[in-house]
Amino acid sequence: MSIPKICGIETEYGIIAKGMEASAVTASSLLINSYVGRFDQNIGWDFEDEQPGNDARGFSLDDSFPPEIEMHLVNTVLTNGARYYVDHAHPEVSTPECRTVDEALIYDRAGEEIVRQSMIAAKGFLPDGAELIAYKNNSDGKGNSYGCHENYLLARELPFAKMAALITTHFVTRQVFCGAGKVGTEFESMPKDSIAFQLSQRADFFEEEVGLETTLKRPIVNTRDEPHCDPAKYRRLHVIVGDANMSEVATFLKLGTTAILLAMIEDDQLPEDFLLLNPVSAIRQVSHDPTLRQAIMLENGKRMTALEIQESLYQYADRYAQNFGLESVSQIVGENILCRWREVIEGLQTDPLSVAHIVDWVAKKRIIDGLRTRHNLRDTDSKLKAVDLQYHDMRPEKCLALRAGLETLVSSQQAVDACTSPPESTRAYFRGKCLELWPNDVVAANWDSVVFDIGTGPLKRIPMMEPLRGTRALTEELFARCPTPSDLVAALGDAVSSSSFKPSN
Amino acid sequence: MSLGVYITPIIRYGAHMPETTRKQKTTKAQSKTETAEETKPAANGDKLIAELDDLLDEIDDVLETNAEDFVKNYVQKGGE
Repeated sequence: MSIPKICGIETEYGIIAKGMEASAVTASSLLINSYVGRFDQNIGWDFEDEQPGNDARGFSLDDSFPPEIEMHLVNTVLTNGARYYVDHAHPEVSTPECRTVDEALIYDRAGEEIVRQSMIAAKGFLPDGAELIAYKNNSDGKGNSYGCHENYLLARELPFAKMAALITTHFVTRQVFCGAGKVGTEFESMPKDSIAFQLSQRADFFEEEVGLETTLKRPIVNTRDEPHCDPAKYRRLHVIVGDANMSEVATFLKLGTTAILLAMIEDDQLPEDFLLLNPVSAIRQVSHDPTLRQAIMLENGKRMTALEIQESLYQYADRYAQNFGLESVSQIVGENILCRWREVIEGLQTDPLSVAHIVDWVAKKRIIDGLRTRHNLRDTDSKLKAVDLQYHDMRPEKCLALRAGLETLVSSQQAVDACTSPPESTRAYFRGKCLELWPNDVVAANWDSVVFDIGTGPLKRIPMMEPLRGTRALTEELFARCPTPSDLVAALGDAVSSSSFKPSN
Repeated sequence: MSLGVYITPIIRYGAHMPETTRKQKTTKAQSKTETAEETKPAANGDKLIAELDDLLDEIDDVLETNAEDFVKNYVQKGGE
């Protein structure tokens, strides 16, 4: 029986400092501090249970390479339950855990708003004329890539290798509707201008089928085994293969189709008929072919196009919905996902331009093709590459995606509200509420705990090992009868432990 | 596993679509009917071209003035 597909998105933004000298790390820190400083709130991150080196295949690399997260960098938790921090040399927003993909979409949009507000706030700290500009993309066009990761809750009992093999087909072929588009190629062994335009920002950077790395030799299926919840019951599938989307419908489809297919795998309802012979070369083959006509080889010797494979996956999903229901993604949301999935496949089959209001790569390509014809440009003209970058510009007055006629699903008010209010249907509600009510008493928080200083005795750590506990429905009454953190700690009794957390600043 | 509450869909589909998108959708539905009846395909094509022209005018206005420098200076460190 499939379990609820709790999900979230982590987006690393590209960043440049204009009119001033600043390293990427400084620029990222300045951006985030400008935002959190504005709200006079700076809650630390509790690293107690972070183990990014744990491998889903059963071993740990934590001793053999340095931790992913540099401790001294800005790292903060927001009242909406999100994490906003510097990861390597990029500002990153991790949405709170969400029960449904439409919630996750709203929090991804809130992430954009938070970055926009940060850029405005930063101007107050910078010399005249200087500004920090963030880009929601995944590559600088010079061989450097940064990620947009998705996370999905899986049952621990599901065999990892089987799940990895089955979901790989989707990761290779879903680019046809959730690729963000890119001018040129950054694949090492190809000349940069040998490809005029491709579907995905990320496909050029994947070299392995399955593995633990995220920065080198990137794998299509990442094996990081860090569930941030009860490890005996759950896994968190950490998906690193996707593009950051500007199109809301594309984000909705990327998360929605993946969540349904994962539920199907848990219920053993996805057949092995579509396993790919060579996923690593296929992911580039699909990305490098905007005609969508090139077939890729399946393990069973057949050849199918990515779009044909998506059509088959959709048909299996539709049948699954009829026989099993879609409660793991929430029934109504699930039906919307299927409806949108069919719409985008049919549109791409008829004429990709008919889905220019949904699919980022089509929207971007339409502008690029139009501009090339209008100004009689070569494929390699800087203007076209500039369009590619500026499509993702977070400044509303410069962002090309905002002008491309993309359909929206989230209202501005919903996005703004989600910048400060947590989702109500996961433990993110508890985290967010604690931060909202008692910002001066919470000394640290992370995905699965909140640490309080209640004034006397050791710090108190409240564990949150169940993603579906701590919801509004389950905790509203608790918050109402606890006017102080001490009351909360007392009310939770044995669930609370002492914490060894030491603030780093 | 009980959530205790029934989850209502957060996004009311279509309700928040901006006016322009809704218009586009209506036009699309209409153009489908028109195609089915095999009338005015040329007029529809002209409309699409005009829309693209307007979009390209706007893009020409907001595109970074020195595209070459902008592209050259957009350098990031790898991440993740």
